[in-house]
Amino acid sequence: MPEPTDVKVLEVSGLRRSFGAVRAVDDVSFAVPEGGSLGIVGESGSGKTTAARIIVGLERADAGEIRVRGRSRTPRVRGRAQRLARAREVQMVFQDPYLSLDPRTSVGAVLRETLRLHFPHIDHGRRVRELLDQVGLGSRAAEALPRRLSGGQRQRVAIARALAVEPAVLVLDEAVAALDVSVQAQILNLLADIRERTPIGYLFITHDLGVVRCVTDDVIVMRRGRVVEAGATADVLGGPRHPYTRLLMDSVPRPGWDPERIAAARRAL
Amino acid sequence: MNTTMNAPATQAGTLDIRGLRLTLPGTARPVLDGVDLTVAPGETVSLVGESGSGKTLTSRSALCLLPPGAVTEGTVRVNGDDVLTADADRLRALRTGTVAMVFQDPRAALNPLRRIGDFLTEGVRATRTAARARATARATELLGAVGLDDTVLRKYPGQVSGGMLQRVMIAAALMGEPALLLADEPTTALDVTTQAEVVALLARLRERFATALLFVTHDLDLAAAISDRVYVMYAGRIAEHGPAKQLFEHPRHPYTAALLASTPRLERTGGRLSAIEGRPPGLSTALTGCAFAARCPLATEVCDERPPELRPVPGHPEHRAACHHSELLEGSADA
Amino acid sequence: MTAVLTRRPGLSGIRAAGSPLHLICLALVVLVVTAAVLAPWLVPHDPNVVDLGSALAGTSADHPLGVDAAGRDTLSRLLLGARTSLLGPLEVVAFSTLAGVAVGTAAAWRGGRLDSLLSRSTELVFAFPGMLLAILIISVYGEGLLAPVIALAIAYLPYVSRLTRSLVLAERARPYVSAYRVQGHSALQICLRHVLPNIAPVVLAQATINFGYALMDLAGLSFLGLGIPALTPDWGRMVFDGQTAVQHGYPLSAILPCVVIVLTVVAFNVVGERWADRVARRDR
Repeated sequence: MPEPTDVKVLEVSGLRRSFGAVRAVDDVSFAVPEGGSLGIVGESGSGKTTAARIIVGLERADAGEIRVRGRSRTPRVRGRAQRLARAREVQMVFQDPYLSLDPRTSVGAVLRETLRLHFPHIDHGRRVRELLDQVGLGSRAAEALPRRLSGGQRQRVAIARALAVEPAVLVLDEAVAALDVSVQAQILNLLADIRERTPIGYLFITHDLGVVRCVTDDVIVMRRGRVVEAGATADVLGGPRHPYTRLLMDSVPRPGWDPERIAAARRAL
Repeated sequence: MNTTMNAPATQAGTLDIRGLRLTLPGTARPVLDGVDLTVAPGETVSLVGESGSGKTLTSRSALCLLPPGAVTEGTVRVNGDDVLTADADRLRALRTGTVAMVFQDPRAALNPLRRIGDFLTEGVRATRTAARARATARATELLGAVGLDDTVLRKYPGQVSGGMLQRVMIAAALMGEPALLLADEPTTALDVTTQAEVVALLARLRERFATALLFVTHDLDLAAAISDRVYVMYAGRIAEHGPAKQLFEHPRHPYTAALLASTPRLERTGGRLSAIEGRPPGLSTALTGCAFAARCPLATEVCDERPPELRPVPGHPEHRAACHHSELLEGSADA
Repeated sequence: MTAVLTRRPGLSGIRAAGSPLHLICLALVVLVVTAAVLAPWLVPHDPNVVDLGSALAGTSADHPLGVDAAGRDTLSRLLLGARTSLLGPLEVVAFSTLAGVAVGTAAAWRGGRLDSLLSRSTELVFAFPGMLLAILIISVYGEGLLAPVIALAIAYLPYVSRLTRSLVLAERARPYVSAYRVQGHSALQICLRHVLPNIAPVVLAQATINFGYALMDLAGLSFLGLGIPALTPDWGRMVFDGQTAVQHGYPLSAILPCVVIVLTVVAFNVVGERWADRVARRDR
């Protein structure tokens, strides 16, 4: 794995977004080093998904700055060149593999479409095979329509589609939450492999602390739009300082688990 | 609390499924293949499996909620009555009274245009002609039991949070004073801290009302944490079942062991997960031997030739695993 | 999905799967379309040749379906009339569908003020009876097929645009559309390549149903003597011309076009509804 360097692929500072009176994202700052992996943990309503959508450009921020490789990400794009440049900065893998692929487009066509847009002059057939190989799908899968694929296979296609653009940062929004446990492990391993081979930075949005433990170097914990705790994953999960982080950790089921106490702690918080 | 498993013939469980085999048209193998499962009165049993393993179908068979075209063999008894052969009136009584169900997504299971109060009382009022006031009084009492006050009665489902809604669903399930509660992934759509709350609630209610609980989930850790006994299903068959702690700490089926090993955990320190390669067999392939053989590290010829039977683990008669090489897993406590 | 096709509930019995009526209707649609296409080669007589000697004659070997009051061959006029009678609705449907899809997609995709503007103005058209609109436009533009076609196309546009709008709204909320946006595809590309093909079956089913209604409306207009020039063979016009013959006790030349209109409309509706049902049932 390329050692995480001081170069930041993604820097977010002072991000804010309100919906009416609700502050969905409130002064959120973090950075992802080159080849690094940052997890954003939180429950529904914590603002983690809104933050992710702002970073990829699906949502607008009220304030704050996002820099990719030191270059500021402009909120408004003009023209094709800017649009493509932005796309090469950040890509995203969505939660639901059943809805994130066009049901009418075959796997190969999905990838070719992206390659035609971003790299019109390369050999698309070869690159499609490379990409499918990279995510552990055979070339035969290229002909298949999404409905012929399992959830795990679809998520591999979604990852290949994001990698086709060769982005600096990959945002994974609950990318393994909808998968079965045994398939989830396959995808997490795949993501670890990709990170070993490329300098890509991960932004891992999840509610699952086990997943965070497995695939991130650093983590921030969000609650009601604010960052309540941040630090190296091992430190935060090894010795949580904020009571909310502790509550989240205690909530993970395990033998000897006392849901009654957690419920009480939750009400107290 | 834990009733003995050794004499199921003499003591009928609240739910008693024997040799349930369910075939759907157009499939090469049965969707459920010889499922045996019992839930004793007041007991909490978890049914764990991945999507397509048949866990939801098994739980729904207790209400005779089967997909169209399904052909069944075997028996499903609730309090001694066979459900699969019951007529419409008996089924209706069963569904409104003896057995209740809590679904995965409370928002999808509630009519958004009706008040929660109407939802809670309609079942009782429709079947027992209980007076509106009595039904409302009971609804208020049950809402109190699940930690909500009666202002919820006047609200619409859109006005309350997902966790509250799931508690409403549980209260609704208890309206008919059921002997058996089927909970199909009741916490999957909820946040982790809310999940703890709902689980705590289910445990409290079980003690108070002595309801038997069949908890269907994909989360082996959760199952082990909350239940007395756990059944693990794979490709329509029971792979392993036994007391939760025993099964969790000493899995005797390679699938259970692999599932435990592939779960990302807080205690784990980095490194790759030991994923189970491949995927479960589809419905279009007939199975000659063990369903897990193709993905199993222990598989030998015998595994492809004949399906293993559930055999008790030596020294633990209530722990049973369906594996030809079960003894190889002995001592592999941590996965 | 909130999108609902506008259609008649009474036809549900006919729509039942495996109904022979559906097959008959499908055959009828094929027959009428073939007749329209091949009419110039099929007609036994020039439809406008006046043979007053055999006016109001019944069926004969020379005139299989009789002759009208002006001495013109009914069969020839029916066959050639199929062309005008089908071409008109076809243009109405083509124009209303294209424009309706464009309006509905733009409204749903851009949202906000454009959505309110487009939605409100199409609703305004809803409030105005289509026939009245047609009569108004014809009175301005005068005779010809173009004016009623434009009028009815405008009247039908809101049905399509409203359906399209709700379909596009549902489709747009799907993550695959977000994925394409993140990938850098332009909104137009995403709409044309992905959103529209996905909603097309539903819209086309509605278009087929609209075809039947448009045929009836156009026939009604030409019965009123509006739009279609007097000499052009047209079913609605034939009913109008046959009125006097009915009064004289020779109903054939008026009843036949009536029957043809009714059968064609029913056939198109049944086929369209059946298609819509299939589309609605199809699982994604």
